[in-house]
Amino acid sequence: MISLKGVAKNFGSARILDAIDLEIPAGQRIALIGSNGAGKTTLFRCLLGEYVHEGRVTIEGRDPRRDRTEVLRLVGFVPQIAPRLEMPVGALMRYVADVAAARIDDIGVLAERMGLDVDAIARRPFVRLSGGMKQKLLIALALGRPTRLLILDEPAANLDPAARASLFDLLAERPQATMIISSHRIDEIAALVNRVVELERGRIVLDDTVADAGALGSTFAVSLETSRAEPSFARAAGDWGLVAEGMRWTGTIAGPDRLRFLGFVARHAGLVGALSMVDRARDGDDEPAATRGSEGADHVLHPAP
Amino acid sequence: MHAPTAPIAPVPSGSSFRHGFAATFRLEIAEAFRARWFAIYAAVFFVLVGLLLVFGLTESRVLGFTGLSRTLVTYIQLTMAIVPIFILITTVRSLAGDREAGVFEYVLGLPVGIGAWYFGRFFGRYVLAASPVIAALGAAVVYGVVRGVSVPWVELGFDVGLLMAMIFVFVGLGFLISALTRSVDTAQTIAFLVWLALVLALDLVLLGALIRGRLAIEGVVAIAMLNPLQVFRTGSMLLFDPQLVLLGPTAFTVFDIFGRVGFMIWAFAYPIVLGTASALGGWLIFRRGDLP
Repeated sequence: MISLKGVAKNFGSARILDAIDLEIPAGQRIALIGSNGAGKTTLFRCLLGEYVHEGRVTIEGRDPRRDRTEVLRLVGFVPQIAPRLEMPVGALMRYVADVAAARIDDIGVLAERMGLDVDAIARRPFVRLSGGMKQKLLIALALGRPTRLLILDEPAANLDPAARASLFDLLAERPQATMIISSHRIDEIAALVNRVVELERGRIVLDDTVADAGALGSTFAVSLETSRAEPSFARAAGDWGLVAEGMRWTGTIAGPDRLRFLGFVARHAGLVGALSMVDRARDGDDEPAATRGSEGADHVLHPAP
Repeated sequence: MHAPTAPIAPVPSGSSFRHGFAATFRLEIAEAFRARWFAIYAAVFFVLVGLLLVFGLTESRVLGFTGLSRTLVTYIQLTMAIVPIFILITTVRSLAGDREAGVFEYVLGLPVGIGAWYFGRFFGRYVLAASPVIAALGAAVVYGVVRGVSVPWVELGFDVGLLMAMIFVFVGLGFLISALTRSVDTAQTIAFLVWLALVLALDLVLLGALIRGRLAIEGVVAIAMLNPLQVFRTGSMLLFDPQLVLLGPTAFTVFDIFGRVGFMIWAFAYPIVLGTASALGGWLIFRRGDLP
């Protein structure tokens, strides 16, 4: 699918990519991780044929620079930073549909699944949308057309938990699509991928496969109990879609989001008295296991006596 | 919705260019209708025409011009002062600004050819730059017709053509400057210096150089005739003032070199060739380098 041979890129005297060799078979999902300035975005721009570079990049045997329209029709791209497009949302959707031979209705459906009502914002300039709305629309524009390669640069950075869950579902519906997803942190995207490539100062310093139980499309029924009412916790739990019954909170978390959710719980460890997380696909029941004992529960936590 | 493995239709190169060009052209227009620069730009010309009509559309004779002819001459001379700098600055701000704001990274990650995108934007920008200038002129003519003032149709058509040629040059130069630079500040500075150089090379300044004996007359005339502003200025006077009396003795040199018809052809052809060369040069530079 993708082949990079000796890809190098300099900006002045700074070497941003240094002889990158990488083969990515079709259908593989790669986490491209690394700190700021590691070269992730530069690598993406080389893949998109936007940068002149040393070495050779091919996607399905074609050069993205020379055969850009043919290659880029295969590619859905979500940038890390939303562009400051002054055009109305409707005009942007029409433009993407026109040049990518896509159907504008498909993009609209995807946007709705991301929780974005495109009819309501069609006349608003893209630049005036909130960060989350921009991100949702960019994802819909990338996934709402027939592509075989997804290049996603920090795609979930500005999304709320519900939109993140929708994104994970949408990616799960494309098991045969090749994906390259970048992030500063592996825990953000570990469950989305089956291979991790880490860049450091323009070189590959890690290339490993990932086996993760939290597969794309899985969901966890969660239940937790707090020892007291706390407004900040209630707000955050509400953002995660949890519903309160007294001191008990219940809801559903997207599988790929569970590490982030546990991070949220850890930040409120002093409040949490009990926690259960049950993989609903494995359990076959919506009822959190902790309410029925620990059977079927993937994670059950109780405070030490 | 499309299945993830849906076959991708082959893209014929011809239709790909047409699609990309047409879509980019439409987008450039749609975006400008929301932009403040376009609203101000259009308002300037309509206000200008309005003022000229209110205060200038009389049958009094000034320097041999009367009625709508005088209004047209004044409008065209004012246009020459406003249009070049406005087009240069807004064009380079828009393109270099888009590059800085991540627009190039995103849009050029879509399946649109570089040529289709570049020339779609170029012609979109050209239409945007030309339409308020021509529309305001059209409004003046309609007003004149309604008032029963005689309309100098031949002169009007000639001057509209000259205006469009001049706008073409400056849009082309704006795209060339944008391709050569990577920041808004640099692009604006270069655009301003280009405009300043062209203004300094207008006939009055050259006349000063001539009087001081620093340049031979052939050199002065050559500089003037290669300056698109001067070509426009002289060309726009030619029909209203066939002997170029307003230019003084310089007119003899102009007529000796070109002849009257020859200069009219030059006044159209040179700006179009220069604008095309600038736009193509910008495209060649742009496609060879890093896009974002």
